[in-house]
Amino acid sequence: MKHLKPINAKAFKIEADMASMEEDVVALQQTPRPHVPLGCSLSFSPGWEVDATGGTAGLCQPAERDIYDCYVTCFWPVQMADHVNYSPDWASNCAAATKDWRSLDIVFP
Amino acid sequence: MTTTLTHRYRSGEIHEFRAQGADFIYLVTAGAIFAADTMTRKVLDLLGQHGEMDHDELVRALVANRISAADAEELVRELRLARAIQSTQVVHALMPAAPPADYPLQALVLNVTNQCNLACTYCYEFGADKIATPAGKPKYMSLETAKSSVDFLLKSADKREAVHITFFGGETLMNFRLLQDVVLYADEAAASAGKRITYSLTTNATLLTDEIIAFLSDHAIGVTVSMDGPPELQDARRVYKNGKGSYAVMEPRLRKLIAGHKTRAVTARVTLSAGVTDVQRIYRHLKHDIGFHEVGFAPVTTAGEERDYALDGDAMTGVLADFEALADEWLDYALQGKVHGFTNVSETISELIAGTNKSHPCGAGLGLLGVSPSGDLSPCHRFTDADTHTLGHIDTGLDQTKREAFLTKGHVASKYECSSCWARPMCAGGCHHEAFVRYGDTGHANLHYCDWIRQWTDRCLQIYGVLAQRNPEFLTRFAERKGLS
Repeated sequence: MKHLKPINAKAFKIEADMASMEEDVVALQQTPRPHVPLGCSLSFSPGWEVDATGGTAGLCQPAERDIYDCYVTCFWPVQMADHVNYSPDWASNCAAATKDWRSLDIVFP
Repeated sequence: MTTTLTHRYRSGEIHEFRAQGADFIYLVTAGAIFAADTMTRKVLDLLGQHGEMDHDELVRALVANRISAADAEELVRELRLARAIQSTQVVHALMPAAPPADYPLQALVLNVTNQCNLACTYCYEFGADKIATPAGKPKYMSLETAKSSVDFLLKSADKREAVHITFFGGETLMNFRLLQDVVLYADEAAASAGKRITYSLTTNATLLTDEIIAFLSDHAIGVTVSMDGPPELQDARRVYKNGKGSYAVMEPRLRKLIAGHKTRAVTARVTLSAGVTDVQRIYRHLKHDIGFHEVGFAPVTTAGEERDYALDGDAMTGVLADFEALADEWLDYALQGKVHGFTNVSETISELIAGTNKSHPCGAGLGLLGVSPSGDLSPCHRFTDADTHTLGHIDTGLDQTKREAFLTKGHVASKYECSSCWARPMCAGGCHHEAFVRYGDTGHANLHYCDWIRQWTDRCLQIYGVLAQRNPEFLTRFAERKGLS
């Protein structure tokens, strides 16, 4: 703290708390950074209430590119079809997600 | 289009004070004290002028005061995170009022007797505003009840390493025989429970003997003497049943006590009442003429100002002026590295060092309970033998439902008037007992002395600020001495 100088025990605790916020290590700050799909907000991670461009327009909504990007590339386990073992062809009819997302179908095990 | 949240700021819940020409803030939500720099001062002034300001507006105003934009952003962020300023969009939840069910007991007040050889006219136990209903109940605590109390304390202390027993009355020394037996029993019981135990008692000093003094010193029992000052002030209300004053009887005994008690400080507790308000004179007599280590003052508890012993507003104003003069003296001592005996400042400074932020005005019903001669449990000694406030019995244990009701009522978050008061971290609404006597409700804020408390707390904050700047080592040593660090 630069402007407030703590002078009792409680104030020192607040200073320590604030210092720990500065040094907080968030997994996504490590390098190399994991791939985060455009539009992904990782809604359980506070501080990601904006998208990668600093706005809110691209936040994770049930939009086509989220479904597709989560499925193929994201490190985060989401409720998508298992394209490694059981549904390798799930996205084969979806060449361009922005146009073809309607052809992504429900998987029946 | 990208829409971002625009923060709009107002001053946080703070009390600002100045000491030694510097600015300080007392953070009410935490009990924290910070020294503030000139840039912080600027922000608070700007918010003071405008009431509320948008983030950008505030930053622009700071830049106009020749602060760089980056510094201004950093400043605003720091003040926001410390809650010295707050965003109008952020709503802080009220504190939960539910008391902890398993709070370990730290201290018991054993009312070893409800009998007294004096008949002080303002007494809360026997006077006009008494709430005790002792009819038909034992007058003296039995050894069996006392031993059960010790066992109860040690068991309920859970993992605490140290516990404390205060002996109280009536006049405590009217049951000195029991007190002796209890100390011997409790020393053993505590040792076998692997805990440390300490003792204290309150007495009117009229029944002290050489034998008693030796015992108190040998067992390191802290002694507080109820005393109102020099002869004519002491004898105004601290009288025998025949109206005779008690000064002449107590004075020689008291001097022997102070000379003979080698192990603990002997302190005086003064009750201020109508006509007995010359705090400085009382202090000088008790501290310098008699030789008490510390002297603490409290205004008499009354149902209202109609009692002949009650202090009215003017008297309280006079008391405050006297308190402030003595507080100045306390500060002078502290600046020279010396400890002054005015307890009221010492206690408040201790709490400010720690940054106390009270949920309840005191430990009553939390870490502390009172036991009546019959074994009834009460929130503290002031509720002894009051049927309406019994919280169980030593044989059957604590009635958790009643305890919870008492603590929920007494929680500062349930006192509406306190929610807008900056002094609430220290006061929390004031004495439960006084609230009951005055308003018929232990959960009522003691509104009759709010202004008084605020002014006194402000004075103590200023003292703290001066010491933090000019003699911070004193505060460190003071904290060590009081076991706060």
